[in-house]
Amino acid sequence: MYWNKPYECMPREQLQTLQLKRLQKIVEKVFHNVPFYRQKLQEVGFELGDIKTLADIKKLPFTTKQDLRDNYPFGMFSLPMSEIVRVHVSSGTTGKPTVVGYTRGDINNWSEVMARTLTCGGATKNSIVQVAFGYGLFTGGLGAHYGAEKIGASVIPISGGNTKRQLMLMEDFGTTVLACTPSYAIYLAEAVEEAGIDLSKLKLKHGIFGAEPWSERMRMEIEKRLGIKAIDIYGLSEVIGPGVASECQEQNGLHVFEDHFIPEIIDPQTGDPMPCGEKGELVFTTITKEGIPVIRYRTRDISILNDEECPCGRTHIRMHKVMGRTDDMLIIRGVNVFPSQIESALLEIGDTQPHYLLIVDRKGSMDELEIQVEVSREMFSDKVKGLEGLEAKIKHQIESQLGLTAKIKLVEPHSIPRSEGKAVRVIDKRKI
Amino acid sequence: MIKQISLFLENKKGRLAHVCRVLGDAGINIRALSLADTADFGVLRLIVDDPARTNSVLSENGFVASITDVMAIQVPDVPGGLAAALEKMDKAGLDVEYMYAFIGTASQDALVIIRVDSIEGAVEIMEGCGINVLKEEQVYSL
Ligand SMILES: [Zn+2]
Repeated sequence: MYWNKPYECMPREQLQTLQLKRLQKIVEKVFHNVPFYRQKLQEVGFELGDIKTLADIKKLPFTTKQDLRDNYPFGMFSLPMSEIVRVHVSSGTTGKPTVVGYTRGDINNWSEVMARTLTCGGATKNSIVQVAFGYGLFTGGLGAHYGAEKIGASVIPISGGNTKRQLMLMEDFGTTVLACTPSYAIYLAEAVEEAGIDLSKLKLKHGIFGAEPWSERMRMEIEKRLGIKAIDIYGLSEVIGPGVASECQEQNGLHVFEDHFIPEIIDPQTGDPMPCGEKGELVFTTITKEGIPVIRYRTRDISILNDEECPCGRTHIRMHKVMGRTDDMLIIRGVNVFPSQIESALLEIGDTQPHYLLIVDRKGSMDELEIQVEVSREMFSDKVKGLEGLEAKIKHQIESQLGLTAKIKLVEPHSIPRSEGKAVRVIDKRKI
Repeated sequence: MIKQISLFLENKKGRLAHVCRVLGDAGINIRALSLADTADFGVLRLIVDDPARTNSVLSENGFVASITDVMAIQVPDVPGGLAAALEKMDKAGLDVEYMYAFIGTASQDALVIIRVDSIEGAVEIMEGCGINVLKEEQVYSL
């Protein structure tokens, strides 16, 4: 089932022609309308007309979140405020937030890609969509809302929180599609169980979940506990919001809506483009955005692009479920390591969310990795042999998944420092 | 069966003192203890006067603790007293996982805490061998 078959299943060659045409137009537009881009393009000696093929995209400079912050609030907009019908603001942990502006046309395109996203999951005009993403400055709520209205589904714009009411409406209104963050989906599943609601009384069929990284294990848990199909969706406000990419029924990678966004994978260290199948940082260029087009925006999300044909019939390239953030990446003995990989290795062993700390040090010319793991009730054994066995098991798991030898050190619960409730994951003592 | 408290301790200065202080402040009396350790960590095993409360006090204070069933046996406090008891256990097919001596004594005899591989039916087997196994109340109130 497709929302827009001509575009979603467009033959690659035709799609690439369309992309090139749109890319040329957008570059020309930002060159004329956004002083920031004009200066950046001139700095690298770029001239209009230099984009002759899609591969020429690599001649364009990158855009970062910091660029958006530096041009706060409206400096990156390519049209005057009279053309902007809405703004969204993304939360910044440090300094100023980033602001994005949408024209009427942007809102239409955003609704279009969200309509595709919902249809990818299996929604139709007969669906009842409970949007439990937050409404407001955050793009999640309104993004899902407009997409659901576009396909003609019935929208329950409940926003996030108030779990009791979520459950009541879900049961009484017969919600068929849930849209929220994966962690809230788990929270709702727990609430359903606590309230003793029989799953067979709910009409939930599937959910679209995003706005935060989540593991396959979480997917399995959501699917089992809510009795639904859990679809991963991807997006970020700087690109458009949710609706940049979505899984189809295959649940094997997210189709990037390539007639609107050109994805690339680059080496986060050097910025060099990487081929399909290789892991690196995701970069997007918006080719239809009017309010605030972004050129080669660095997402800091780690993924892999897959250009193999998908059984669903969509021709758009798939990105792997986000695998980590470049901010967290460590290079240890030449191996790229993400804390999330360590976490999933630990998850294979214990049942609960592990608390751990990576300590990287350099002895001589060798990097050494120590992984401190807090002993949980489930892991604890009153026999020294049992605990040593656990250390060996963790060591083996890390070795087989990352190809790295690490020293494992079991530590007491709550001994790893936490900041704002979130664990500090890495201490890098290397002086290079 | 005697309830033994086991807890995880890092091999770090002051940790042992800290546990003992936590228990002392809670008015819990330690009857026997043993520490099995490696370079990095240790497992502290305790016999206390109130195992259930000890377990909750430790959890509240952020320790990972568990309760294990062990036995307390009485052996004559003479050369070869323990050897004779262990030989009997060997013969009866009881495999000792770990053991440690009690701090105080009940009478003339020495008291030893023993954890065997399969604790089910172990008390009967021991008593069948002529080894005196102490009751829970006897140990906690020593
Ligand atoms: Zn597909």
